[in-house]
Amino acid sequence: MSATKPIATTRSATGIPTGKLAVWWVIASEIVIFGGLLSSYVMHRLGHPEWAEYASHTNTWFGGINTFVLLTSSLFAVLGHYAAEHGDGKKAAKWLVGTSLGGFVFIGIKAVEWTGEIQHGYTITANGFWQFYYTAAGLHALHVIAGVVIMLIIANDARKGKELHRVELIGIYWHFVDIVWIFLFPLLYIAK
Amino acid sequence: MAEHTDQEHGQAHYVKIWAILLVLLLVSIAGPIVAPHIEFGFLKAWMITLMTAFGIAVVKAYLVAAHFMHLNIEKKYISYLLGTMLMFMLLFFAGTAPDVMKHEGQNWQNVAAQTEVERALEAEGKKAHGEHEGGAEH
Repeated sequence: MSATKPIATTRSATGIPTGKLAVWWVIASEIVIFGGLLSSYVMHRLGHPEWAEYASHTNTWFGGINTFVLLTSSLFAVLGHYAAEHGDGKKAAKWLVGTSLGGFVFIGIKAVEWTGEIQHGYTITANGFWQFYYTAAGLHALHVIAGVVIMLIIANDARKGKELHRVELIGIYWHFVDIVWIFLFPLLYIAK
Repeated sequence: MAEHTDQEHGQAHYVKIWAILLVLLLVSIAGPIVAPHIEFGFLKAWMITLMTAFGIAVVKAYLVAAHFMHLNIEKKYISYLLGTMLMFMLLFFAGTAPDVMKHEGQNWQNVAAQTEVERALEAEGKKAHGEHEGGAEH
């Protein structure tokens, strides 16, 4: 492995560090992915009055608690960024581990919630509403899992004081995942 | 400038934004519960729910994007990039929504969707009627 970094990593035509720019482009593509999915849900929901009854079976408290968990984990992520900016890798790593714990709690709550719903017969094949519900929330949950894995890798480096700029990058991704949930919550849990 | 940066990006500032986000979350949960009790005149319950659910979601997303993702101090290029993607999303919605939201037009009919809506509403009606009758028996 070479000790020097590739030219693409160090140059910056836009004035934005390359790694950060790449994360912003990932998010740009994610906007189209989630935007397309949520737009499709909204137009189907408006065209199917019967979905209001299906949606009434989602549990607002599960959704609300998970929103609280993600908002709090976002706070931890930005505090990790603050610590990294001040050169404190150990503290940044601690905040990132805290953020990851938020991700674990989120997935745990979701597992309990889905188990109950599936046991009541609200499966992905039940009807169009539940298809969107599991697809949108499932895709989001996959992003949470991916975020947690990457975050723990970055936390391990940050603990040793290495690659501290990456703390901000994973934070930006995590905040985006939070924003997606901010819109999923009213769409799937509040609008009944 | 340095003072401004410290104030805007100090730890206390982030905690303050988080607290505001939590208050907004509580309002969005309380919205549909409170809405039927506070509707008056032209302001219907569904409008209040719409505002407390989606209006607040937009505000929450803005707070996270501006203060946690630091879009407020990021180069404008990024805002334009993300804005362009949002425009694509709206374009997609505008182009396809009329065909999905409506089930018939001047020269077309979405028979499958119409049948499904009728079937589901009828099933719901029967279920509600059954529950009502069952409740009366007890």
